[in-house]
Amino acid sequence: MAEGAIASLKRYAAQAWGVAAAEIQKLVHDPLELLTRAIQPVLWLLLFGEVMVQVRGVSPGHVRYMDFLSAGILAQSCLFVAIFYGISAIWERDLGVLQRYLVSPAPRSALVAGKAFSAGVRALSQAVIVYLLAFGLGVGISFNPLHILTVLVAIVVGSALFSTFSLIIACIVKTRERFMGIGQVLTMPIFFASNAIYPLSLMPVWLRIVSRANPLTYEVDALRAMMLNGESSAYGLACDFGVLVGVTCLFVAIASRLYGRMGY
Amino acid sequence: MMIETRELTRRFDKLVAVDRIDLTVECGEIFGLIGPNGAGKSTLIRMLTTLLPPTSGLATVAGFDIVKSPAAVRQHIGYVPQLLSADGSLTGYENLLLSARLYGVPRRERAERIARALEWMELSEAAGHLASHYSGGMLRRLEIAQSLLHGPGVLFLDEPTVGLDPLARETVWHRLLELKKSARTTMVVTTHRMDEINEYCDRIALMDRGRMIATGTAQELKASVGPGASMDDVFIRLVGARAGSEPGSYRDVRLERGAEKAHG
Repeated sequence: MAEGAIASLKRYAAQAWGVAAAEIQKLVHDPLELLTRAIQPVLWLLLFGEVMVQVRGVSPGHVRYMDFLSAGILAQSCLFVAIFYGISAIWERDLGVLQRYLVSPAPRSALVAGKAFSAGVRALSQAVIVYLLAFGLGVGISFNPLHILTVLVAIVVGSALFSTFSLIIACIVKTRERFMGIGQVLTMPIFFASNAIYPLSLMPVWLRIVSRANPLTYEVDALRAMMLNGESSAYGLACDFGVLVGVTCLFVAIASRLYGRMGY
Repeated sequence: MMIETRELTRRFDKLVAVDRIDLTVECGEIFGLIGPNGAGKSTLIRMLTTLLPPTSGLATVAGFDIVKSPAAVRQHIGYVPQLLSADGSLTGYENLLLSARLYGVPRRERAERIARALEWMELSEAAGHLASHYSGGMLRRLEIAQSLLHGPGVLFLDEPTVGLDPLARETVWHRLLELKKSARTTMVVTTHRMDEINEYCDRIALMDRGRMIATGTAQELKASVGPGASMDDVFIRLVGARAGSEPGSYRDVRLERGAEKAHG
């Protein structure tokens, strides 16, 4: 019985990995895509950051604003990449690649989990860019290997979460045009109703409540604590990762139910 | 018996796409499915491949119920959709590796099976090239190889030769005939080409407006229409009774032409 369970678990992992490996392989064939994604965080840190540093009151007090912002921009750039991930599912559906996935015996959830993981790996390039840039701007980065590792895990989980959210939207709207519209509409509230570019303490109470319900807030919290020297997590890393992993599992479960219907 | 359906029906709102179909396909048979655009061929195949649940009726494929055990059905079938299902941003080898992983081909057997499939489909030399650089005929052969890697008992092919030149068409059919001989694989094929139906299919079903209006061997169908009749005559005579009311939807046409462009 236990052996059977282990065998099916191994098979499940191999199927999910098959999907993820194929996605990662595509990046290896065409890495240019990653470079173009470097532009956005650079603009945010150099243009927005340099101006906002001058504004009194926006800094949370004990850290410099540029330090505070760099972790937020890391989370934001991963969010922006992940939130449009669903469009590839619509693209695959229109092409016929999706049908190949759906007629395979792999459970829907293995397909979705594999896609989510690959989106997480895809986002790691953002970490390289933001770390380099932040270092150049004199941000007090922690180079403790354990901290860096935690940052990478937070990015993978956070990006898996938002890419699966994106996949759910794609399964519902089903066309590229509608998806693009909704993607734009969703990104801004997720980004602004979080602690990414200003502390929650500056927000009115209602917005603070919304932000506490926003998974991005927990991703930013974990990133900020681990990326910066002398910074600590506001909610505790266990809480941050608990929320991120929990919501990701919930989204994978929902997306698995909807993904099969994409083939109709 | 490899496929059996009883009163299999699929409705889309008011439209009855597949209307109480009774069908049996024997082991090792090449079964041709013909009919005008919108007749319900693709919907029937999508139900038999578990992509689409039926509204009512029963069907078993390779001995498994399509509604009760879809995962078991998927493990025993191969499906080559009409659309372009090979991923153009992966190489031929990577496409096959993805299929091997999704179908749970054991790791130690993967390399050998993939090498054999590439050789059999005369794709060994092109294995390391991106599929987006393949010709239409190569893509079709790759897709067929992908759907055969796990040794399925039943293979569904939706318009396998659409958009191919005569030589590429013949290559595809020769491979399919070899497969029938060596592995006794049962095949269900849809096509608009009456010459292929006549030459390669053991039995044929003619569908129109969701109903099965005739079944039999090519000889039987031709004899039923009159002495000296061709398969074209069969099609025109049996379907032509209601000429002028083409039910093929915009979506059908778009998919078909899109597929032709992608393969051509």
